[in-house]
Order: sequence, then C-alpha cells, then structure tokens
Amino acid sequence: MATLRLAINGKSYSVDTDPQTSLLTVLRENLDLTGSKYGCGEGMCGACTVLIDGKAQRSCITRVGSVSDKQITTIEGLAAGEQLHPVQQAFLDAGAMQCGYCTSGMIMSAVALLKKNPSPKESQIIDFMDGNVCRCGTYSRIISAIQKAAAEQGSTMAKGASR
Amino acid sequence: MSTDLSTANKNYEVPLEPERYELRAAAPYHFDLDRRDFFKFLGAGIVVVSVLKPAMIAQESGGRQRRGESLPKEIDAWLHIGEDGKVTVYTGKVEVGQNIRTSLSQAVAEELHVPISKIELVMGDTKLTPFDMGTFGSRTTPTMNLQLRKVAAAARDTLIGLAAAQWKVDAQQLTASDGEVTDPHGNRSVEYAALTKGQQLTQSLPAEDPLIPAADWKVAGQPAPKVDGRDFVTGRHKYPSDQKLPDMMYGKVLRPAAFEATLTSLDTQKAEQMGATVVRDGNFVGIAAPSSKAAEAALAAIHAEWKSDPQPSNKELFDYLRKNTSEGHDVTGDGDRYDVGSFDQALSAADHKSHSTYTVSYIAHVPLEPRAALAKWEGDQLTVWTGTQRPFGVRGQLAEAFRIPEDQVRVLMPDTGSAYGGKHTGETAIEAARLARAAKRPVKVVWTREEEFTWAYFRPAGVIDVAAGVRNDGTITAWEMHNYNSGSAGIRTYYDIPNQRIVFHEVKSPLRQGSYRALAATANHFARESHMDELAHAVKMDSLEFRLKNLKDERLRAVFQAAAKQFGWGRSKSPGQGFGMGGGYEKLGNIATFAEVHVDAKSGEVKVIRVVSAFECGAIVNPDNLRNQIEGSNVQGLGGALFEAIEFDNGKILNARLSQYRVPRFSDLPKLETVLVDRKDIPSVGAGECPMIGLAPAIANAIFDATGTRLRGLPMVPNGLKTA
Repeated sequence: MATLRLAINGKSYSVDTDPQTSLLTVLRENLDLTGSKYGCGEGMCGACTVLIDGKAQRSCITRVGSVSDKQITTIEGLAAGEQLHPVQQAFLDAGAMQCGYCTSGMIMSAVALLKKNPSPKESQIIDFMDGNVCRCGTYSRIISAIQKAAAEQGSTMAKGASR
Repeated sequence: MSTDLSTANKNYEVPLEPERYELRAAAPYHFDLDRRDFFKFLGAGIVVVSVLKPAMIAQESGGRQRRGESLPKEIDAWLHIGEDGKVTVYTGKVEVGQNIRTSLSQAVAEELHVPISKIELVMGDTKLTPFDMGTFGSRTTPTMNLQLRKVAAAARDTLIGLAAAQWKVDAQQLTASDGEVTDPHGNRSVEYAALTKGQQLTQSLPAEDPLIPAADWKVAGQPAPKVDGRDFVTGRHKYPSDQKLPDMMYGKVLRPAAFEATLTSLDTQKAEQMGATVVRDGNFVGIAAPSSKAAEAALAAIHAEWKSDPQPSNKELFDYLRKNTSEGHDVTGDGDRYDVGSFDQALSAADHKSHSTYTVSYIAHVPLEPRAALAKWEGDQLTVWTGTQRPFGVRGQLAEAFRIPEDQVRVLMPDTGSAYGGKHTGETAIEAARLARAAKRPVKVVWTREEEFTWAYFRPAGVIDVAAGVRNDGTITAWEMHNYNSGSAGIRTYYDIPNQRIVFHEVKSPLRQGSYRALAATANHFARESHMDELAHAVKMDSLEFRLKNLKDERLRAVFQAAAKQFGWGRSKSPGQGFGMGGGYEKLGNIATFAEVHVDAKSGEVKVIRVVSAFECGAIVNPDNLRNQIEGSNVQGLGGALFEAIEFDNGKILNARLSQYRVPRFSDLPKLETVLVDRKDIPSVGAGECPMIGLAPAIANAIFDATGTRLRGLPMVPNGLKTA
C-alpha cells in the first residue's frame, strides 16, 4: 500500500492503494468515478479509455502507480459545467449509442483523436477507433458523430480566428 | 399438422411460437388491485391500470393458462399522473439498449398529449412494477407499446371527463393537448395537474378505447432522441456494475476447472487469514472482501481440486450433435415436426434434386457490460440490483435458491450495458446474495470477461440438413429441413411449396445454451436462403426472380423488391466482387438484406463492402431508432456470419477473452443502407431481432457469386477464404 496523489479532471486526489492496482479500479472503487467502464480487462475493448496527458489510454491495463505525476481526464471531466464538450454533444445529436456502455470510452478516444487530428478522414477515424468495441453496432453513427464534432470544432476555431 | 402456410396474408395470423431456448418465467404475479397501495407511495392523483386479456396472458406466458378461480387481475402496466402533473409509467419491461424507454415514452406522450419530458418510466423493479415475463422475443412493441397507448388514452379521457364535470359541459366538446384540457367554446383551459389535485382515482382500461391511428401520429412515428441520453454521454448513468452501497464488499466466486466438475478438495485457510469472508456451500465457493483487489488476492490463495468427466470438443461438435438426439426420450409436441403433402414422392419426381448440410457454431453474446449484481439483506428481506432481461424471473430464482417467499425479494434492473438474449438468468444475483448473507454486508459481484465468456450461456450450435426438389421452370415442389439442436425459431419456410417435411431434433447440448438475439432464425434462414440460391443456380435462374416465383406473401415480396431496387440488383460486377441476398419473416417483421462482398484472391480476405436492408415492421414508432436497430443488427450479425465461434475442449472454453474471440470492429464496418417500409395500416411490431436474419445468407450468396465457392458453415471465414 502507498499513498498516491492523482490529478484527475483538474482536481487533486489522495488515494491509499497498491500502486500495482489498475487505474480503472481506483477510479471506480476509490473515487466513485464510474463513467469509465470495465469491458475486457486486457485493453481490447476501449470501454475504460481515459486521457493521460491528453492521450487516450486504457485505464484497465494502466497501473495507478505509473500515472501519479500525470494529468488524467475521465468522461466526468469533459463537460464544462452544464456545457457539454462538442464530442459529447455530437454523440447525442447523432444518436450514436444504443446501450451506451461503450460511449464513455468512445467519446474519450474521439476527443484524443480530434486533439491529434482536428479534421480526420473517415479512414483515419476507423484506424484510430478500431480498438474501441461497440457490441450494439453503432459504428457508423459514431463515425458521423466524430465528423460532426470535427466540423463543429473547426467552425468554432474559424470564428475565433476571424475575430 | 396441416396448417396451410400458403396464404398470402399469413403474416397477420401466424401466432408467435414460444421458442424452446427462450427461457421462461415462473407463475404470473398476483398483483392486488389495492388503491391504498398505489396512493401510499405515489401521493394523490390518477392511476390508470392496464389489465391483460386472457388470450394475451396465455401467449405472454408461453401458452400456459391459469386454472380455476375467477379471472385474475393481471395488470401488465400502469400509469400515474400526480398533482404536479408529472406522469409516471410503470412497466416490467427493461432497457438494454433497444431504446424502449424512449419509444414507450413516445407512445404515452402521443395518446396522453403531454411532452415526453414530463414522462418518467419506472422499469423492471419487481416491487414497483407489475409482473412481466421478460424483455425478449421482440414483444415490447407489439404488446407493451400498445398497452401503454391504451393506458395513456384512458388517462386522457379521464382527465377530459374531470374537466367536463368541473365546467358542466359535454366531454365531447373538449380537447386535450400539451398537458391541458381545453374548451374551445368556453375559451378556457385547465392543466392536468390542476385536475388531479385532491383526486385518488383508479381507472381500469375500458374494453374499447379507440387509439389515434398511426397515420395521425405526431410524437410517435417521429424520430426522438434517447430520453436520458445526456446521462450516457457524461458517464452519469449508473449501470448495474456501477451500483454501490455504504460498507459494500466485493465478491468473487471460485470457478470449477471444467463444466460439470465437482469439488474433491478445498483449502481456504490462506484466504481466511487474509481477512476475507469465505463461503463454501456445496459446490459454491466464494469470497467477499473490502476491495476487488483483496477479493482477487484471496480467491487466488484458495487451493481446490476438481474432478470431471471427459467432454466433447468443438472439433467433433457437428458429428456429436447428429448422434446425440434425444428423440424418443423427450417428445415435445407438434412444434418439432411439420409435414404437408408428400415430400418423398415429390422429391423423386423433381427435375432437379439437391441436398446440402449447413452448420452453425456456438457463439457468445459478449454484452460489453458483463453480468453484475449488488445484493443486500435487511433481516430476511433481500434486495438485488442486477442486469437481467427477466427481473421477475431472477426474483423467482433468488426465492428458490434461498428458500424464501418471492415477496421477500426485490429485484431492480438499472438500464443495462446490453444483453442480446444473453441475460435471462440470475447467476450474479444469486452469487452476490449468498456472499452478502455470509458477510452481513452488501456485496457486489461483477463477472470478468473470462467468466462472462465461460459461465454464461451460448447461442446454440447446430446442424441443418436441407433437401429440395425443383422443376425446370423454377417451381420448388419439395422441401425438407432437419435442424439438430440449433432451434426451431424461423424453421418453417415462407416460400410456397406444396410438399414439405420440417423437423427439429432436440440434442443434449455439450455446452450450456440459451437465447440469443433472433434465436435460431439466424441459423434456419442461413440454411434456407443459402439453399434457395443453390436451387436458383441449379435451374439457372436469377436469385431474385427465383425467390419471387416461389413467394406469394406480399409483405415479404415488398421488402425483397425494395432492397433490390436500392441495391441495384442486376448490375455487372468486377473481379473479386460478389452480390447476394437473403431475407425472411420473423417475430412478425419482414426483412430483405442484400450484400456486396470483395474477396481478395491472393490474401483470401473477405470484406463485406455494402449492406442494403429493407425492413417492414408495421407502423414505425421511431424511425431513427429503427434505423439504429437495423444497422446494429447487421454489424453484430457480421461477427456470427464471418468469424465468431466458441472453441472448447473437455469442459473448458479455449478462447474466453476478447483478444482470442473476434467481434466486429470499426474496420469491419460495411457501407450500411436502410430502406424503411412504413405500413401505417398494420400494427407496430418489434425490430430488435428480425433485421439480423438476412445478413449471413446474403454474404454466403455473395461469396459464391464472387468465387464460385459455397460456404455452408457459420462462421464462414474465420481465417479468410483460400480459393486456390
């Protein structure tokens, strides 16, 4: 056991845990951040995806001891108050879910993708998102949502630049 | 049996056959119509209850009829309008991603004339909602949606009646809209909330209450976003595996080394020294500990030895199924056999004869949220939150397991991370409850992916033999189909064939098997629609023309024609490219699916490029969600068609991980096109299952078109297709 300091969603947490425990377990059990989901435990489904220093990582295979000096963002930290992140809004607008269990991980992966590549081609979306599984099969809607979010972010940025 | 299957309008009349693998619920709940109970926890207002008709009870409970007594008060849904105008609807149906929380809200909004935002659905809570057998078989839309529309219409009429009495006018001259009753003549209106003040009114459904025809729908029939969608994109929604209680412990269960294994020795000393609660009860060995990490560690510290008998492997599966039928031991009645005309005679007289054997493997549902349950005891009262399609069935299982009356058990079903027919049972509920009883604290059990792959149940594997005779002009004269184990759903042919022999053979399955989205209709349509192409090829006819020549049913013809048009059937193809179709009738819906594949001659890679589905399920309730269900069926169906299969040997699952069991991903996604055939003149039926059944044969037929190779086993190309 060790006392770890974690920076999650802009807040600082102190957690007593074995540093070998997965980040996912700590998020869900110790911090009640249950938006990140368990799906496979081996990084194969993406339901547990969080951002670590802005990059999409599978929290189920990330040891919590390895991220104590990093900025962690989970689905709970994405919206600014009641204002949804453009990717969250785009998923709602595109109806890009059925059961919604993969949705947190899909959104976090998509946010990481758009950070890296603000206007991805469809093939780039498919490549980047291929590690995220949706068993309900809403992939085409998720692609549409990501495209919508990219367009939305692009037009927001263009407006900002023209001011 | 001598049912005439050749009537053109059979779609309206064929009763739903309960499928043997659709697990059934216990005896119906005796819901007492006690007004005080309603109002005690609801506050004043108006309650409208829906009472099932006897015929519907029989169908919903799988054909069993109550005996004796007078007609029970079989409530299947009820609705409350509170003094604040809030509408609360109670139904035992549950939400697993099929989006009925939204579509049922639309139905109520339509008839009650209130905004969807004013409506809350309480679903699948055995204490608060009326008994429901379960959410499966595509029954929610044809039954519950209809019942709730009637309930909402009766509530609206009651409110209009109250306003009429208050104003001393004829109710006929009043209208309702947007949560208000209006008197156009008196130029006045009153909110529902004001009308319910001080009321404690219970109203049963009138025998006849004309509903708004689908053609006049304003809220239903339109796209509506998921009612609580915001909770899902923010991570706020609490799935069963997210549930938590103060002082809760985490449970783990020791799994046998093989199926059917019995424990021969057990040493739990180390686990106990680690401070865990250890339970041994017969073959059940479980742990409860303050954290999941501690529970895992304690579980790993247990030493156990198991003994089991040799069991078959997937390598000899299809031989095994054919040789292990249980005929003579288990006569299950008419559903197993269908004969019409004289098959043998007709076959020998046919110009062309064909025989083929098709197989399907066991596959897993792989719901992204594995089974999960949180249980707590208060004295002898048990409460369990769990993800199941049958909360009332799980309540029965718990009562049985703990030898307590059902009214001491409450099961709640939070909207769950999918099921696909795979969550009919209450394993985790029982495990969590057993551990919680020993630990004297609430316990949560969440299965690992490996546990979900191994200890849930599978879609049945099967062998299907088809023999057919056809005349030179393309008329099918004889049709025989034998299905071993995979199931009888969708086993009958909708093609008009005068001589048929169709038999289902029950087999002692080597693996635990149960419901899976669309049940055996996927396997039976794969065999039938593949064989239709084999026959068309034999008589050198176009596949579409051949089907239409042998098909009278107007609704099914319509979807085949609509899909063909959208697909551009008859186009010329390039090397490696292939086109195929499959379709049929299931759960009262009609589907035709056309597929385009590309087969890479060098690598053997088979890629599904484009899928066009035309679907008709009566009057459409929510077109956007309907498209979502059809697209989802086609994506999920790709897995079973192309690469999903459970490998097993001697009582063990060999590929019980997502890294070993391939499911469809973004890179497998074809271009999906959906044609919705909206029949506003026909009652709405379900759409979660039927759209899946056309895909596998469409792909098989397209692969044949591309390569000349006929693939007769699902999955078709787990390792690609070597044509050289």
